[in-house]
Amino acid sequence: MASHAKINSAEELKKTVDHHTALRAADDRVTLTVSAGTCGQARGSLDVIASLENAIQEKGLQEKVRVKVTGCHGFCEAEPNIIIQPQDLFYQHVTTKDAEAIIQETVLKDQAVETLLYKDPVNGQTASKESEIPFYTKQNRLVLGDNALIDPTDIREYFSIGGYLSLAKSLSDMTPEDVIETITASGLRGRGGAGFPTGKKWDFTRKSKGDVKYIICNADEGDPGAYMDRSLLEGNPHRMLEGMIIGGYAIGASEGYVYIREEYPLALKNITRAVEQAHEAGLLGENILGSGFSFNVKVYKGAGAFVCGEETALMQSIEGKVGVPRQRPPFPAVKGLWKKPTNINNVETWANVPLILDRGSDWYAQIGTESSKGTKIFSLVGKINNTGLVEVPMGITLREIIYDIGGGIPDGREFKAVQTGGPSGGCLPKEKLDLPIDYQSLMQAGSIMGSGGMIVMDDKTCMVDVAKYFLNFLRDESCGKCLSCREGTQRMWEIVRNITEGQGKEGDLVLLETLAHAVKDASMCGLGQTAANPVLSTLRYFNDEYLAHIKDKKCPAGVCKDLVEYFIIPDKCTGCMVCARVCPQDAITGEKQQVHILDQEKCIKCGACYEACKFDAILVE
Amino acid sequence: MIKMLINNLEVQAEEGYTILDTCKFYGLEIPTICHNDGLSNYGACRLCLVEIGEGTNTKMVSSCTYPAQEGLVVHTDTRRVLETRKMMIELMLSTAPGSKILQDMAAKMGVKQQRFELRNEECMYCGLCVRICAEQMDARAIGFQNRGYQRKISTPFDVKSKECRLCGACMYICPACQLRCQGPDAETAICSGCLDMDPTCVDVYDELQCWMYDAGECGTCIRKPSEVADDIEEPKEKNA
Repeated sequence: MASHAKINSAEELKKTVDHHTALRAADDRVTLTVSAGTCGQARGSLDVIASLENAIQEKGLQEKVRVKVTGCHGFCEAEPNIIIQPQDLFYQHVTTKDAEAIIQETVLKDQAVETLLYKDPVNGQTASKESEIPFYTKQNRLVLGDNALIDPTDIREYFSIGGYLSLAKSLSDMTPEDVIETITASGLRGRGGAGFPTGKKWDFTRKSKGDVKYIICNADEGDPGAYMDRSLLEGNPHRMLEGMIIGGYAIGASEGYVYIREEYPLALKNITRAVEQAHEAGLLGENILGSGFSFNVKVYKGAGAFVCGEETALMQSIEGKVGVPRQRPPFPAVKGLWKKPTNINNVETWANVPLILDRGSDWYAQIGTESSKGTKIFSLVGKINNTGLVEVPMGITLREIIYDIGGGIPDGREFKAVQTGGPSGGCLPKEKLDLPIDYQSLMQAGSIMGSGGMIVMDDKTCMVDVAKYFLNFLRDESCGKCLSCREGTQRMWEIVRNITEGQGKEGDLVLLETLAHAVKDASMCGLGQTAANPVLSTLRYFNDEYLAHIKDKKCPAGVCKDLVEYFIIPDKCTGCMVCARVCPQDAITGEKQQVHILDQEKCIKCGACYEACKFDAILVE
Repeated sequence: MIKMLINNLEVQAEEGYTILDTCKFYGLEIPTICHNDGLSNYGACRLCLVEIGEGTNTKMVSSCTYPAQEGLVVHTDTRRVLETRKMMIELMLSTAPGSKILQDMAAKMGVKQQRFELRNEECMYCGLCVRICAEQMDARAIGFQNRGYQRKISTPFDVKSKECRLCGACMYICPACQLRCQGPDAETAICSGCLDMDPTCVDVYDELQCWMYDAGECGTCIRKPSEVADDIEEPKEKNA
């Protein structure tokens, strides 16, 4: 149903796009756009969609109203959310019960349902439009913005926003060299983490000798708490695909692979469908748009090893071998997949390509900083009011992202650190909040851009515990080939674990730092070379916390179980019995209206009482 | 021929040479565990690290896997290289403290102690056995399992392999399981017994009397009597 007849030339494509753009403009139905990416679905958006459709049917409004199912709109905190056009309303936290009211009030009477409007958690102001919500105002959603406009399962929807016109332009008006030159001039750098100039990379692969060349889209996103690529593939797969076809043309590749982890079922489904649709429409396959250029894309499922996001390991995995990185040089541009020249870019990088060709490299190059151009999508998670995907121009400060867009820290707590770049990145403290974000500045501060994970931590987070968490992730995800990485991450984890258990010794920190530097220096691939960052950055900025654990045997944040004890403050305890009821060990006893007593022998320090007490009568020390 | 600089010496390498090959050709000693001339290059033990590049823009690479390249600047003996190698051998010893090869190498590099919690796995996952089984014996009976800290070497599904011909090549090449260090205090410290040993042997080589026989002869006793006489006058020189 969503397929499209074969398009034979650039002219024909332009006509198709014009046709669908006109259809979109002429559509005067009320549109209820429901965000239903994985995150939206998890919060029940599919049920909301069903109840909306029911309500529409009951009222017999099928002709006047339509429900549009799109990918993620970025504002996860507000999921499931609905954008209503032409009223231009933004509803958040919609449940199945609200469907009736939405149809009754908004669709039929043109009135906003007040209870569903966005309320600022800080100043309590309501915003009715998406553009009025602080979360969106400071963003520049060049790549992510289209997610809210189109149904990702239908190629015609992508046509209706000018989709594949950049491809037509490249194929009919530009030589491959022109395309590469445009990308180089735009200053686009790889969004996967290392930030290598994309145009330069393409040029290497183009100039590399070989009859067969490949391009790969790296969609093996594995950082804990990062989901930019997933949301792009779920919400707008054709855009990434268009970037890949253009890349294939520029590089002279005949085949492309999308390497995507199987843990992303919806993204996998949508990109697979997008490839099929592009095939039927003649945008993939032989003689694309009559240009003589032929290109095919295969979708390859990965098993979800973190290390397979490393380019050489990824290629091993596609070849059917164990995903273990190999020495570069030779670089993939010379000897990549099946020993043929290969160009590999991340999802977000590919998704930027059609944009640059559409609006020109000069326009793109004016966004961002001197060395880092364009926008970057971050997944802003952790102790933050507005959890979600944010797309901001390079050079924006951490403070702007966390406080202006993110709305600050919940429950009025204090900001402690922000972790950027996933497990390979570092934790930056309060003093670095005014750091303008680009590849260089983050590197100098001891972290990395990475693929764009951003985890915010408040004062109840123990930084030693954070280092332990990431080391545990890395010792598990290291491929295990290099001694430095396999044994190094294991030993660093052991030392940090001992520290959090109160077994820390003098000299541990020196050994930890020496070892961290050795791991960084001696490992072969990017995983090992950055594996020490969580340790080194916390040692650099939060040394006092390590010392408190080792010398005073205290965990200042009250997180490390072996170093804390729970007490009941008699003055504050009202004897409400809530804590006694939630305690799984029956360690708390006491009569109603009387001060309770906590038995330290029985206490397992689970923190249930602390969470449950409404009077702050539980003290963690 | 590829021209490059190793330790400020202008050297020439043949096409297809690695940095390690080149260093060996010029007689520069580089320690390594996982490299064997008869097997493919692997780069697992990270002992053969060298520093490449100039000025502040340098990085460390494993010389056994890094190809010789025109104009490459290599240093094999910088402080950074030596310190990192020491850390690598310390890490290896913590999992395989009873390996004589490792113990000797550690003592030679001046490693004095092993600071990590001991784990007697007697394996440093260098992969020599896996490679010799596949590449020289054409059997592929053993391979790596799992990843990260759970990595181990075994047969598929941990069951007796039909491919295995019990040729023993894996044990022959293993740097940990064949030669055992029986030094005085091998588990807690670097024993260095073999390297610092004063010859106590009789002058004539004899299997029955040699206490080093199981671990491989030290060779002290089979030198000519005249050399032994020199040793007595200057006893320390020969052990350097």
